[in-house]
Amino acid sequence: MSTASTEVSAHSHAHGPGHHDPHLAHHFDTPEQQFTSAKLGMWIFLGTEILMFGGLFCAYSIYRHNHPLVFKFAAEAYLSTKWGAINTVILITSSLTMAWGVRAAQLNQKKLLISCLVMTLMGAAGFLGVKTIEYSAKWDEHVWVGSWNKYNGDNDASYATPPPAQPTTQPAIQIPVPAYSPTAIADDANTGLDVSQIKPRYAYSFNQSIQLAPPKRASDAKPTDEEQRDERYRQLSASDQWRVNTFFSCYFLMTGLHGIHVIVGMGLISWILMRTLRNDFSSEYFTPVDLVGLYWHLVDLIWIFLFPLLYLIH
Amino acid sequence: MSIAEYQSQKKPKVDNYLTHNRGFLSWALTLDHKRIGLLYMMFVLSAFLLGGTFAVLLRTSLLTPNHWMFPSDPAHDTQAKLFYNNMFSLHGAVMVFMFIIPAIPAILGNFMLPMMLGAKDVAFPRLNLMSFYIYCLGAILFTWILMGGILRTAFNIHLPFGFGLDTGWTFYTPFSTSKAEDGMVAGVLGAFILGFSSILTGVNFIASIHTLRPRGMTWFRMPLFLWALYATSIIQVLATPVLAITLLLLIAERLLHVGIFDSSLGGDPVLFQHFFWFYSHPAVYIMILPGMGVISEVISVHSRKHIFGYNFIALSSVALALLGFLVWGHHLFVAGQSNLVDSIFSLLTFSVAIPSAVKVFNWLGTLYRGSIRFTPAMLFAMGFILLFTIGGLTGLFLGALATDVPLHDTYFVIAHFHYVMVGSMVFAFLAGMYHWFPKMFGKMCNPAWGRFAAILLFIGFNTTFFPQFVMGAHGSPRRWATYPVEFQPYHVISTIGSYIMAISLITVALNWLAGLLWGKKAPANPWGGNSLEWHCPSPPPYDNFPTPPVVDDPYNLAAWEYDASIEGWVPRKSQPAAATGPAANRTRPVTH
Repeated sequence: MSTASTEVSAHSHAHGPGHHDPHLAHHFDTPEQQFTSAKLGMWIFLGTEILMFGGLFCAYSIYRHNHPLVFKFAAEAYLSTKWGAINTVILITSSLTMAWGVRAAQLNQKKLLISCLVMTLMGAAGFLGVKTIEYSAKWDEHVWVGSWNKYNGDNDASYATPPPAQPTTQPAIQIPVPAYSPTAIADDANTGLDVSQIKPRYAYSFNQSIQLAPPKRASDAKPTDEEQRDERYRQLSASDQWRVNTFFSCYFLMTGLHGIHVIVGMGLISWILMRTLRNDFSSEYFTPVDLVGLYWHLVDLIWIFLFPLLYLIH
Repeated sequence: MSIAEYQSQKKPKVDNYLTHNRGFLSWALTLDHKRIGLLYMMFVLSAFLLGGTFAVLLRTSLLTPNHWMFPSDPAHDTQAKLFYNNMFSLHGAVMVFMFIIPAIPAILGNFMLPMMLGAKDVAFPRLNLMSFYIYCLGAILFTWILMGGILRTAFNIHLPFGFGLDTGWTFYTPFSTSKAEDGMVAGVLGAFILGFSSILTGVNFIASIHTLRPRGMTWFRMPLFLWALYATSIIQVLATPVLAITLLLLIAERLLHVGIFDSSLGGDPVLFQHFFWFYSHPAVYIMILPGMGVISEVISVHSRKHIFGYNFIALSSVALALLGFLVWGHHLFVAGQSNLVDSIFSLLTFSVAIPSAVKVFNWLGTLYRGSIRFTPAMLFAMGFILLFTIGGLTGLFLGALATDVPLHDTYFVIAHFHYVMVGSMVFAFLAGMYHWFPKMFGKMCNPAWGRFAAILLFIGFNTTFFPQFVMGAHGSPRRWATYPVEFQPYHVISTIGSYIMAISLITVALNWLAGLLWGKKAPANPWGGNSLEWHCPSPPPYDNFPTPPVVDDPYNLAAWEYDASIEGWVPRKSQPAAATGPAANRTRPVTH
């Protein structure tokens, strides 16, 4: 290795107060260096975001691969392609306005930047509004996350669909669910492990059956949507039937985490909007606008994967 | 006397980062990487003390086969086992998430990285402070469990999610989602938050190394500590987000019963193990790689010799970072993987041995015919090489399928893990602390006590963990509160060893404290290193470098000569013609 020495001329250590860019931090030499650092940092951060969602995508792939019919049934029966498509259009449009805003910031077009940011914010709010409509519908149908899901073997009885009041004497169909009793395992005297002490809900929860509408009666002219859905549910194999809740877990965790990112994005865009109104940005300094723009595109990108994976299952 | 006069009177003559400004807020809101490094030091060392206390309690309760610390009636049996489970879980979680992972990057890395780059700060100082406060938030959650345990045991006060972490630091499902105590939620959330602190530090370091290198410092002229930190940061950035989502899913599973990991709801507990080890195996390289970087610096400087095989050490760090992502399946050899997958993971695991061995041989090559100074830092570094070799080689036993199946979940694994984590990482951390202590605080520690502590720690460590290899090979399972009586001699030796370790670590702490209070003033370059941090005064001024440093080969130790009058090294005034070759780097200065 060469022992030749090089003077560090790039690090100018004299920075008087007079000729100093107010946005340039003391440990950077040039605005370009600062901008490159910030952008690199943001890209790395976005990489971590993708990896974080990657865990959910991985879980989704495994369960979809193992139970393709469950995912097909649940997506077709409960997810609205219409609302999903509307949300996709809304987010892509908001990405366009964000990109336009970044360009406006670079060109010193303050008014255009403000209107672009406002439009992006409206897009984000519209997205969340549609999501609220969708989530409420799921709540009404008792297919929420985890224990609030009627297909969950562990569900809270108060959220399960009540048995429909039937004029006939025909009882509601009881779906047999594989029973599992931890108490069947013998206690191991040597280890002192008392398996019967395992929280009891797991011992009985599978024996609870899911309440469904009874099969279509001959006198009915046309089956309702609900009856058609239940008929399709009955056609699933027994091992698939008690895994329908897994689809909803994936759905709510993925869209929920994405929704949190949308809310954070709205906060960031509002912050950028406030700073724009304060005249913080110019063609010389627009780093925060650029970085928030990158973040917003990532949020959009993740949705572009979520939409077909969750809504368009065939 | 006006306030300004009073302040100017109080203001010390020397302006350095410690005296630049005063008051609580000047520390709590500081953006200076050096002060943030010291803030981390206080918290991380407190976590080390806490985790160490748990370890000593744990070893003490294992002195007899039937937890002698509790009465022997059946009513106290459950209590004793719960106590044991909590001790080993909290020991593991606190040590892994709050000490080992942040210790070298957040303390030594934060302090030294910008200085080694000749820069004034890391790329994002505010992010750096934020990551410290995120660390504190995570630490609060672990403290919550501790407080919850104490309050419930002593006063019968119940904190929400505040009692008991009995899952081990791995939070394995389905135990953690069904039977474990509620404190598990706080623990998992704490680990989740600490992960973000780790990610932000990694982002900061990568950006700093990419954009703040001064002109003339090419990638292959960086100090090896920076290569190690760079490799570490890559792992932190790529692996930690996966842990974040895993832990989030685990909390969702526990609180909402979403059925991803819980087999009773259609989930897959082995999926949790895959997710967890996809992070946590690379994480052991987060723990060890910075230590290897420290050792590369210490070995070269304290044996007065140019590092041997610079390019190989630098690239082996990156190789370890990348290979570390491909071997997580060796934690699942007995969890029901297919034989084919087992074999592939076994093969990949063996490949990790190559870059590790490259490093060890290069350090030995550096020591060979060097002019070795037995400073405390050097003794810790030598302990590192020996213990890391043992830890690494026993890793091969566990990577081989035929031997792993009987050794899995025995004390053999515990011994292997501690040889790599304590024997290597803690030794490297202490070596680095002794190496840079004069630079950080401008004071020298008493070297005699430092040497004593290094040797005592080496003895104590081997006394503690070597018997565990034997015990494990005889089949003693880990994580059991009780054990068959024939293992008692090993446990007693091991416990005595843990007391020796505690004594030596207390010696280190007192040695540092004495150095801080009464230590001799440190020269700018007490050891004669040539990386850029030695080119500025000790302790460094607020802006690090009063004059721009000159970028040089960081291991060109011949550029310095010993000056007995200041007991430190000064730039060689006239470089003799012969002093440019590697032979010159070996010449011992006559004055020392």
